[in-house]
Amino acid sequence: MNTTIMLFLLQDGITNGAIYALLGLALVLVFAVTRVILIPQGEFVTFGALSYAVLATGKVPGTAWLAMAMGLVAFALDLFDARRSLRLKRVLRSLALNIVLPAAILALTYGLAGPKTPIAVNIALSLLIVAAIGLFLYRIAFQPIAHTSVLVLLIASVGCHLALQGLGLVFFGAEGLRGPALSNAALTIGPLRFTGQSLAVYGLTIAFIIALWLFFGFTLMGKALRATAVNRLGARLVGIRTTLSGQIAFLLASVIGAISGILIVPITTLYYDTGFLIGLKGFIAAIIGGLVSYPLTAVAALIVGSVEAFSSFYASNFKEVIVFTLILPVLVLRSLAAPAVEEEKD
Amino acid sequence: MSALLSVSDAHVSYGKVEAVRSVSLQVAGNEIVTIIGANGAGKTTLLNAIMGVLPLKGATAFAGTDMAPLDIEDRVAAGLCLVPEHRELFGTMNVEDNLQLGAFRIPKATTAKSFERVYALFPRLKERRKQLAGTLSGGEQQMLAMGRALMGAPKLLMLDEPSLGLAPIIVADIFRTIGELRAAGVSVLLVEQNAQAALKIADRAYVMELGEFILSGSAKDIASNQRVAASYLGFQHEGASGI
Repeated sequence: MNTTIMLFLLQDGITNGAIYALLGLALVLVFAVTRVILIPQGEFVTFGALSYAVLATGKVPGTAWLAMAMGLVAFALDLFDARRSLRLKRVLRSLALNIVLPAAILALTYGLAGPKTPIAVNIALSLLIVAAIGLFLYRIAFQPIAHTSVLVLLIASVGCHLALQGLGLVFFGAEGLRGPALSNAALTIGPLRFTGQSLAVYGLTIAFIIALWLFFGFTLMGKALRATAVNRLGARLVGIRTTLSGQIAFLLASVIGAISGILIVPITTLYYDTGFLIGLKGFIAAIIGGLVSYPLTAVAALIVGSVEAFSSFYASNFKEVIVFTLILPVLVLRSLAAPAVEEEKD
Repeated sequence: MSALLSVSDAHVSYGKVEAVRSVSLQVAGNEIVTIIGANGAGKTTLLNAIMGVLPLKGATAFAGTDMAPLDIEDRVAAGLCLVPEHRELFGTMNVEDNLQLGAFRIPKATTAKSFERVYALFPRLKERRKQLAGTLSGGEQQMLAMGRALMGAPKLLMLDEPSLGLAPIIVADIFRTIGELRAAGVSVLLVEQNAQAALKIADRAYVMELGEFILSGSAKDIASNQRVAASYLGFQHEGASGI
């Protein structure tokens, strides 16, 4: 192997690793705040990517209707929960969030979708759609069981993954799709050629990490989310609604997932079930970070990306095997290092 | 006397075990009320149930509104605040962030004023404002827990064993602060094992035994009650009124 190949592989690895880092961070965030291991993270990736690809062909993706349907269910659940003390303000708030918002997104999508819609508008629409789906997914599937054990939440999470993946097949079909590149510019440094797309991946990843850092470090809402992660009872006792924290965590996770998808879909063909595998690699990074550490997760994601790039060069048949084997030594080490922990009661 | 907090015929159960039975209590505005009793009498359970952490059967009203349909967060917004036995601080965040989150339900414009007020009550917190809450000493953590609660401008502060595990000199400090709170217009419902100190500072007191109130009255009367003196104040002989 010469240096050029190595540099190429490293470049490839870092590009993928940046995506895994985003997904890993979202997983850590959601787990810390809600204790949900977010298996459907991969579906946020596919839904974002494929909605963008469908919008690029000038059609309206089925996900926009899914958001509307989920909004209706969420509204019904809100009404049911509030049936004993039906206050107008509460109902109106729920109506605005669960009906008006997805209806507006649906209307916007129909109004704006077309063969000549600019890329930026398509991206914004895909993000809005997936953000709404993420928000309602928490309301429908996880908020009613928020107080249960991690295991129950995990089972619900697997259920959501299977359901959303099935819906993905309905909306996008079994054929893979590709989306248009964000930019066709390219930059050559020595032997390496950086496409506009990969530069966008780096730029957006770094921007997102900085934005998350600013959000969690300096805004009251970000601090409230951290507080919920550190001490749920303490957070409730100062009046922070854990449901609100959960909604924001899911909102962030779905937007991050969708952005990752939109960043990849011009590079590789995505199928309705590709997201799961991509999400799983983010998950490995998150596990290496112990599901708690953001910096460790980001570093681990870059390692996962690089290992993947090198193994696809040397033993492409075993690419996934090698990547997922990474998790074994980490788990063994962690189980040896950490004392046995009883599941925490909430 | 118009009651700020009124609880009537409250029952709290853990499964089939009834930890609090048929308890009624009132706290008026600008009043310090204490509940004293031995370990396991149900004091902490009662406070948690009033806050909404545990389900309570019975009627509870705060500032004239029925609290039954309100969850913890709504009760906080209404001005009821609990400083729990285990303090429940945000250990990996610094003192200032902990305090800022205490004002989560308060309009931002008044936060600066609340900070001033809390730092005036607890100057130590101002010195430590950039330190992580988890690295504070026990006494400082208790001050932070009370400070965080006060940031929310509560009408009624419920304190669960604020003196637990603290050095006597710090306990004196905490109790002095509780006295100052009343002067600032905050009512206090105080649960304490340190009955002597609690009765000294309180206006009225309830004595709890095995999940029930067995006595209630002015703190002075309770302190001079023979049975209380023998059980909780450590006096073995009659005439133990000299508190």
